[in-house]
Order: sequence, then structure tokens, then C-alpha cells
Amino acid sequence: MTDAGVAAPSLGGRTTHAHGARDRRVWLAVAVLVVVLPHAPGLTTDFGRSLLTQMGIAIVFALSYNVLFGETGLLSFGHAVYFGLGGYAAIHCMRAINHGLPLPMPFVPLAGAAGGLVCGLAFGALTTRRAGTIFALISLGVGELVYAATFLLPGLFGGEEGITASRTRALALPGLDLGSQLQVYYVVAAWALVSAAAMRAFTRTPVGRLCNAVRDNPERVQFVGYDPQRIRFIAFAVAGLFAGVAGGLHALNYEIVAADAVGAQRSGSVLVMAYMGGTGSFAGPVVGAIVLTWLETSLSAYTSAWLLYVGLIFIAIILFAPAGLWGIVAMHAPILHTRALRRVLARYAVALLPGAIMVAGAAALIEMSYRLSTQRELGSVVKLGPLALDASTPVPWIAGAAMLVGGLVLLRISARFVAVAWQAATLEARGGGAP
Amino acid sequence: MRAHRRRVVAVAVALALGAGSAAADVKIAFIDPLSGGGASTGILAQKTHQFYIDAINAAGGINGEKIELLSYDNKVNPQESLIQLKKALDEGARYLVQGNGSAVALALTDAVQKYNERNPGKEVLYLNYAAIDPALTNDKCSFWHFRFDADADMKMAAMTSAIAGDKKTQKVYLINQDYSFGKAVAAAAQKMLAEKRPDIKIVGDELHPLQKVQDFSPYVAKIKASGADTVITGNWGNDMVLLIKAGRDAGLKVNWDTYYGGTPGTVSAVREAGVDTLKQVSEWHKNAQPDLDTTVAAFDKRFPGAENEYAYWRAKTMWEMFAAAAKKAQSNDPAKVARALEGMKMSTPLGDVEMRADNHQLLQPLYVSTLEKGQKYDAEGTGLGWRTDTKVDGKATALPTTCKMERPK
Amino acid sequence: MLELATISLLNGIVYGLLLFMLSSGLTLIFSMMGVLNFAHASLFMLGAYCSWQLGRWVGFWPAILLAPLLCGLIGAAIERYGLRRVHGRGHVAEILFTFGLAYIIEEVVTMIWGRNAVANGVPSAIDFPLFTVFGTQFPAYKGLMMAISVAMFVFLYLMLQRTRIGLVIRGALTHPRMVAALGHDVPGVFVLVFAIGSALAGLAGVIGGFMLLTQPTLAHVVGPIVFVIVVLGGLGSLAGALIASMLIGILQTFAVAIDYSLLDALRALGIAVTRGSPWYDVAAIKVATAAPMIPYLLLVLMLIVRPRGLLGTRDA
Repeated sequence: MTDAGVAAPSLGGRTTHAHGARDRRVWLAVAVLVVVLPHAPGLTTDFGRSLLTQMGIAIVFALSYNVLFGETGLLSFGHAVYFGLGGYAAIHCMRAINHGLPLPMPFVPLAGAAGGLVCGLAFGALTTRRAGTIFALISLGVGELVYAATFLLPGLFGGEEGITASRTRALALPGLDLGSQLQVYYVVAAWALVSAAAMRAFTRTPVGRLCNAVRDNPERVQFVGYDPQRIRFIAFAVAGLFAGVAGGLHALNYEIVAADAVGAQRSGSVLVMAYMGGTGSFAGPVVGAIVLTWLETSLSAYTSAWLLYVGLIFIAIILFAPAGLWGIVAMHAPILHTRALRRVLARYAVALLPGAIMVAGAAALIEMSYRLSTQRELGSVVKLGPLALDASTPVPWIAGAAMLVGGLVLLRISARFVAVAWQAATLEARGGGAP
Repeated sequence: MRAHRRRVVAVAVALALGAGSAAADVKIAFIDPLSGGGASTGILAQKTHQFYIDAINAAGGINGEKIELLSYDNKVNPQESLIQLKKALDEGARYLVQGNGSAVALALTDAVQKYNERNPGKEVLYLNYAAIDPALTNDKCSFWHFRFDADADMKMAAMTSAIAGDKKTQKVYLINQDYSFGKAVAAAAQKMLAEKRPDIKIVGDELHPLQKVQDFSPYVAKIKASGADTVITGNWGNDMVLLIKAGRDAGLKVNWDTYYGGTPGTVSAVREAGVDTLKQVSEWHKNAQPDLDTTVAAFDKRFPGAENEYAYWRAKTMWEMFAAAAKKAQSNDPAKVARALEGMKMSTPLGDVEMRADNHQLLQPLYVSTLEKGQKYDAEGTGLGWRTDTKVDGKATALPTTCKMERPK
Repeated sequence: MLELATISLLNGIVYGLLLFMLSSGLTLIFSMMGVLNFAHASLFMLGAYCSWQLGRWVGFWPAILLAPLLCGLIGAAIERYGLRRVHGRGHVAEILFTFGLAYIIEEVVTMIWGRNAVANGVPSAIDFPLFTVFGTQFPAYKGLMMAISVAMFVFLYLMLQRTRIGLVIRGALTHPRMVAALGHDVPGVFVLVFAIGSALAGLAGVIGGFMLLTQPTLAHVVGPIVFVIVVLGGLGSLAGALIASMLIGILQTFAVAIDYSLLDALRALGIAVTRGSPWYDVAAIKVATAAPMIPYLLLVLMLIVRPRGLLGTRDA
């Protein structure tokens, strides 16, 4: 079942050799950045390092989801099952280590990978016979089924309490006892790099390319002589394996795994991450994971309406930018070297003002409503940046509504100008960049 | 390069959020459900804690510093709680307040213990105002945990003593939530009924999923079919309201002996059907004193509405003792405050209370009360109010403990 | 035993009809438009809140008419201004759109009414026992719910099978271009179908609101089970949805009443499983504890064995 809603991955027109060299430079740069990041100003606190650790886990999880969705076209609403079951495997491994198993703690995500792989193989055999909507429904059903089942086996899953373990009570490795958040970050970052490189390599293998083919035209794949179901099964197992790695990292970071690790909310959140970033490229889910993790941890500290903002951004992306955030960035690649780019950027700046007004108006209305309905005890004065809005008076409401409507109208007008500038830039790009 | 660009954006964004606040306030994290099945109790508790903290701040704070309450929603979820705890610690919280859900409490005690071991000098103190699984002050006790509510066994002792005197009780049905606390209630009921009234027959011992059941009619049908005349339940939050609602709809005629019959919404759901039959064990109820305490009246004035009716008297005790301990220790450091709290005695309008030093369990008076008509103060605007049946003195509620606490030097 | 069985049957039928009320609208939308509407349960929740709010202003009986109307209008707006843009991009985009919409509706509800449950109690007009069986009362509001549920079924059946608009809808399902070529406004038909489906969800919410607790998490609670019903019953089949609802309602209600486990069954057969055995934990699970799992087990089995459902006329 083809789907026009997912953009095709950009392969670029370079030769394999040039591709390989460029890739190696990119990965080297990323590795250096990952090592240096926790010492960057602003990220040296436990808060910053926790944030980076969570981003690392989310990146692995979102990339594993994209192996299913972006690469093979399988929309899954139950991917957290493999994350959670891998996490449970990992936490039991940690418990065994606490009781004397001579395995170094940083290798625990291997147990997560094993758990994710086994479950991916088991459930995949049953569920990959179909694609499309049926697959989505099956994944939903399996997710709910596994979630309900975790409460039935308290020995394995700990019931409501979950399973806990300690990440420090293990074989003493010199200097690496995982007591500090910094050390946990480096372990997570190492695993994230390895997993991302592995998944990237997978997309380049013949099996990976076949996954893309199954996504685009399964009938043709059959005619060429391959079995689409087999290929989907392999993709499912690979996705399950890396989801399990993410689950294992989660177990290391929080030292607890409970039933909501396999729950529908987590499945939903990885879907939003991957889609928001853009499922058509490898970097998309990475961007989505970073942005959503940041919104979840930091934005929620400033406003209790953060989930609404996330939902609105998600809907906006579905309606207006199906290629995701990274798709928006990548969309500029062809016009990067044109002269018309300057005009496009200028038009962006013009459209920015009404956009900002609209967003500010919406934010004012939303924040005031949330304050009145959920946190009345903090009073009716809401602080939005430097302004203090008294929600019990009509003035801020009228002003907010006016800004929202006015900004929207002006935005639509300026969007037309942006479109014109884009057209010129695209024409120029296609024409070869002639002056 | 694409990869570079995306990481640079990440760094810029991270810088934009800045480091955690460096103010001199004492930050206290409140981690409880603010949405979902436990929201009614969690939100009310949040308001209550904020109310008492505001009073402390208005009186000058503790040792000259003001208290800031940071709230986190855990949806009664142990895993989510640990995620929020990490966030709270990263934001500089030195104290943790939690109560709804013993599963959460067990995970938090464990996590706090680990954190304190790994971060000497930056310890965190856990003030538990409502999670009453007995294990928290027995096998799983910890120096860094203080409980300000009578545990499930202590409350069951009071409840079963009241039942023991009632000859009309012959068949008892137990229905509880399927997690550590619910199981503890069931176990305590079985044990104590066997000791005090071996002639009572326990005709059912049911465990249902926590905060998930929407329709309790099948359970009510089972209760009816068993012929029970009394139901003992530790249900709280939505589970309590929906259970009693289903019972009323079906016209079930039993005595409801509850821990949390005072959960917001319960009295409105049961109405006249609960008169003379709905009972609860609690540390306070609105008619416990002849006149309403001034803080209760002030709270109800500041937060009007049936869902905001004052219910957490133990929060008042907790914050008064906390302020007194900080004053006695002349420091806001959790380790010093903890030592000052141990063994602290205080006199309250309801009686004397004492924080046991051996297992950090608060001993306070307990009331067994029944819903009646014509009481001075009614609940949730229904015209029905609680009336005291028996009052148990604080010291008499003490039970033996298996706690072997490891104390820091 | 007989008492428990009778009451359980009654409760099961009530629960099953509640489930049908919830899923009838989704069956319509899914069957006619192929859109897996994740926001359906959210519209149910919206109906509950709207009927409570409207009830406070104009009374219960006017609210029971106004709330579904409001939900229908909202549904029409969703289809006209939102879903219409993504129809051309395939089913996946439609599903994702409704998925995001579910998040937004839940947050909007929180924004307006708060996170706590609103005091949506049974209206006093229907708060009395209808009859008594085996000493257990059967409340009148449950009777009203059953009546509305059956009425929904009859309405939908008649509309689809006996009216011209139903004929057009059925035609637009399988041959939209032909129907458009014949001069019918297919996009308009889609708006109408979505509006009717949403109105049905809203009507279910009016009753469901005081049967369950009206809280922002209400959509999460009933959401998954609605999909189970629609898929189990079969895509394109109203009668299938009814049968599936009753099946799940009765099965789950009876399951809660059974306190036996596989262990007990084996013991009756003379086979003893020791505590140390790895199968002990699994065998000791009581049927009552496993009850929440039953609908999803059926869903997964049905999707694997017979994806078109019990009475489905076509695959998804």
C-alpha cells in the first residue's frame, strides 16, 4: 500500500566514494560533539546532562521507529512494546548483576537488545503479514494486550510497582561506576552513536533498500522475486532490536522499568517524535527526538499547556509540512547557492512579524485559560515573558484574540509573498544559477 | 554539514534554557497525580500544601529562607515519578513531598536512598503524607523517609476494633486495588479480623486493577451474591467514587468500612444511601472538633467548591513539625532537619502527636466516623456530615516494627 | 449462582450497548470513509463535557439534543477544514491527523474545564430504580442508555439502507468518482458522514458522561476498546459492530465474576502444578484478573485470522 504522505529519502546524486568520505567526516564531527557537549556552558549541571541523556535515549528509540515507518512504510502504534520488553530484560539483567553476575554494567543494553529482538521476532511473525491500516490496528492491539498482560505476571513485570535495580552495585570498573549523571551520559551517548551508525548501515544494505522498495511498491517487489512479508519481518526484528537497546538505556538511566514503558502513551510519543522530525530522512527522527525531549523537559517547566503546543505543532506539520522539521531545513538545499535566496530570507523576515504576533496572541489566550482552569490558587495574573496579564480582566483576552486573528490574516498575506520569492529561487536553481 | 548544524542548534537551544535557578529559596518538590484517576486527591493535596507553605512564608519562612513548592505530575506511576524526581533534583529540590500511591512511594524511597548514597552532602529528605503501605516503616524503612499518616495496619487496627464491637457484622467482603497498598489492607483485614472476631466469615477477597475500572457493577454483583453485610475497602480516588456509585445504583445494602470515604466526590456519589452505612478511618473529619479549626475555615474560604473541601489535616501537622524541626536544627539542611524531626513531640488541637525515632512513623489520634444527617458541618454541600464513632489516642495506635534503620554518621 | 449469572448478563448487555453507542459513529466513519478516526473517543468526551455545561445552563433534556448537535458541527468543521486537506495523501496521513487531533481536544478540554473530574452526576429526572431483580436495583438511566443505543442502531440502519442519502453514501464508499460523475457532491457527503458520526459520539457522551467520570482522561479510557469493536465487528457492517459490542460486554462482565484460574481447572483434573514451576505464575492467573486483556486478545486474533471481521464486507 503506497502512501503519498511520506516523502522519499534523499539519496543525493554523489558517487559512492564521495558519499563515503563525506559520511565519515560527518560521523567524526558528531562523535567529537557528543564528547564535548556535556562540558559546554549551560549543560554542565545535572539538569543539562540529564537532558542530554534523555535525548540520547530518545534518538535511538526514534531511529528504531523510523526503520519501521520511514524505511518500510509500517505505521505502528505499539512500538513501545519492544522498548519496554527490552527494558524489562535489561533491568532483570541489572538485578542479576547486583546479585553477582560478572557482567560490566555498561553492557546491560545488550540484554535490552536481546529482549527487543526476541519479542520483535515473536510478534513480528504474527503481525507483519499485512501492511497499512491493518498493521496499524494490529500494532495497537498488541500494545494494549502486552500492557494489560504486564499486570498479570508480577514476578516478571513487578505489577504496579515495576522492577527496580541499582546501576552502581556491580563489578568495579576503574573510574566507571555509573554513579554520576556524566558517566551515565557517556555510556548512553556511546550506545546511541553505535546504534545510529548500525541503523544507518542497515539502510544502505540490500535488505534496507528492499525495505524502501516494499514501502513504495510491494507488488513490484513480489514480481521482482522477493517476498514482501519476509522483508517486513526483517525490518520489524531490526526495529525491535534497537528499540530494546533504547529500553536498556532507559533502565540504566532511571533504574526502574514499570508497565507504562510498554504503554500507549510512549508509543504515541515516539510516533510524534519521528513524524515531527521528518520520516523521509535519517536525520529527521534525530531532530524530532531532540526537539520533543526538549519540549517535554524544559517547556513543561514554564507552562502547563506544553502538550497543547506540541499537539498544535504536530497538526501544523501534518497539514503544512509533511516532510517534518528536518524536511523544512532540507528543502532549502537546492536553493542554497542561488542569488534569490537573499530575497527568500528577506521575505521570511517579513512573514516572521505577523507569525510572532499570532503565536503571542494564541499563547496569551492559552496560558490565561490554563491558569484559570487548572491553577486558580496561583492567582489570576499570568506572566508571559516580560508582561503580566490579569486573566480576570477583559483587556488581555480581547488583545490576545485580536493578535491571533490579525496575525493570522497578515501571515496568510505575507505567505503569498514568500511563495513568490520561492518560485523565483526554484526557477533560478533549476536554471543552473545563472546571474 | 547537516550533522554539525543540527548539533549546533541543540547547543544553542540548551544554552537558552539556562542553568537551574540559583536563588536562596528552599525548593520542595511535590510529586503526585495532577491528572487522571488520582487527580482529585492530588490536586487537593497540592492546594493544601501550598496553603500551609504560604503561611510559613508569610511568617518569615524557615531560618530566613522562603519555601518554593515545585509541582510535578506523576499520574500515580512509579516510573514517571522517578523521571519527575530526577527533574526535581536537577532543578535543585532538597525535599520531596508525596502521598498518593504506595507503589510510587516504594520506588521513591528506593531512589532517594540511592541518590543520597551517591551524593553525600546533597541529600534529599522524603516527607510522605499519605502512602500507607506498612512496609515503608518496616522492612523498607529508610532514614530519609518520614511518614505523617497512620499506616494501613494502624488504621485497620482501629477499624477492626470498631467492627469487633458490632454484633450485627457477620459476613465481610474485602475489595481493594491490586497493588502493594491494596494487598496490605486485605492482609491486615484477614489477620486482625481473625484475631478480634474469629466468628466473622470473610466471604470475598477481591483485587481489581488500579484506577482503571470504569464500571464496578460486576464487582457489586459479586458482593451481593456473596451475601456480605459489610465491605472493607482501601480504595481511593476514582476507584472509591465509582465503587460507591455502583453500589448505590444497584441498591446494595451493606456497611461500607473505608479508608478513604472522604475522597472528594464520594459523599456526593452515595448521598442518602450512605447514611449510617458509610464509615471511614481518618486522622480528622470536619466534625471532629465542636468548632472548625481556623486554618480549615481559611482554606475553604480561599478554595471554594465541593472538589476543594479541606481533607488533609495531616498536612497541617506535617508542615508545623517541619517548621519546628528546621527551627530546632537552626538549619534547612535535610540531614539536620531529619535528626530534629526524629522523636519530635507536638501538641495539636486534636491531641498529642509523636514522630517515632525508630521507624519514622507519626503517631497521631485516629477517628472512626460514620456519615450522618444533621451534623454541624456537612460534606460537599450534601447536607450529610461525618460523626465520630470512636477516637483512638495517638500512643495507642503504635504497632511493633521490624525496621532496622541504617543511620548516616 | 443463578442470581450472579442473571445480574451479570444484565450488566453485560448494558455495557455492550454502551460500547455500541460509542462505536456506532466510528463504524459509520470508518466504513464509509476508510478513516480510522482516533479523535472519535475525544468527541465522545467533548459530548460529555458539553452536555454537562449545557445542562447547567438550560437543563438536561435540552442538553441531550444540543450537545450532539454541537459535536456534529465540530465534526463537520474538522472534516471540512482539516481532514479534507489530507484525504489525498493516503490513509496514513488521515490517521496521523486524527491522532494529533485527539491530543489537542484533550488539552482544550483541560484548558476550559480543568484536570479534575467535573461533578457530572446522574440527572435527578432519571435517578430512580426502574425495576428490581434478585434484590438488585436496575437504575433508570441505564434503561435510557439502552433505549438510545437501540434507537441509534435503528436510525443508522434505516438511514443507510432505506434513504436516498444512505444510498449515495454507500455508493461514495466504493465508487467515489462514479458517484461524483453522477453529480453528487462527494466531498459534501464526506462532511455529512463525519458530522453524523461525530454527533453520534456526542450523544454517546451525554449518557456516558454521567455513567463514567467526566474527566480529560475519559478519551484514553474508552478509546482503545472502540477500535476493538469496530475491527471485530467488521468493516462496513453495523450489525457486526452491535454483535461485537455485545460479545465483548458480556464476556468481560462474566469474566470478572469468575474467580477461578487455570490452576483450579488443572487441579480439578487431578494435575497439580507446584509453586516452583515456571508455569505456576501463568497458571495462577484468575480469569477475573485477566478480564481487561480479553478484548485485545480477540482483536489480535481476529486481525490475524480474519481481517475483515465477523460480518465485514471488505478488508480495510
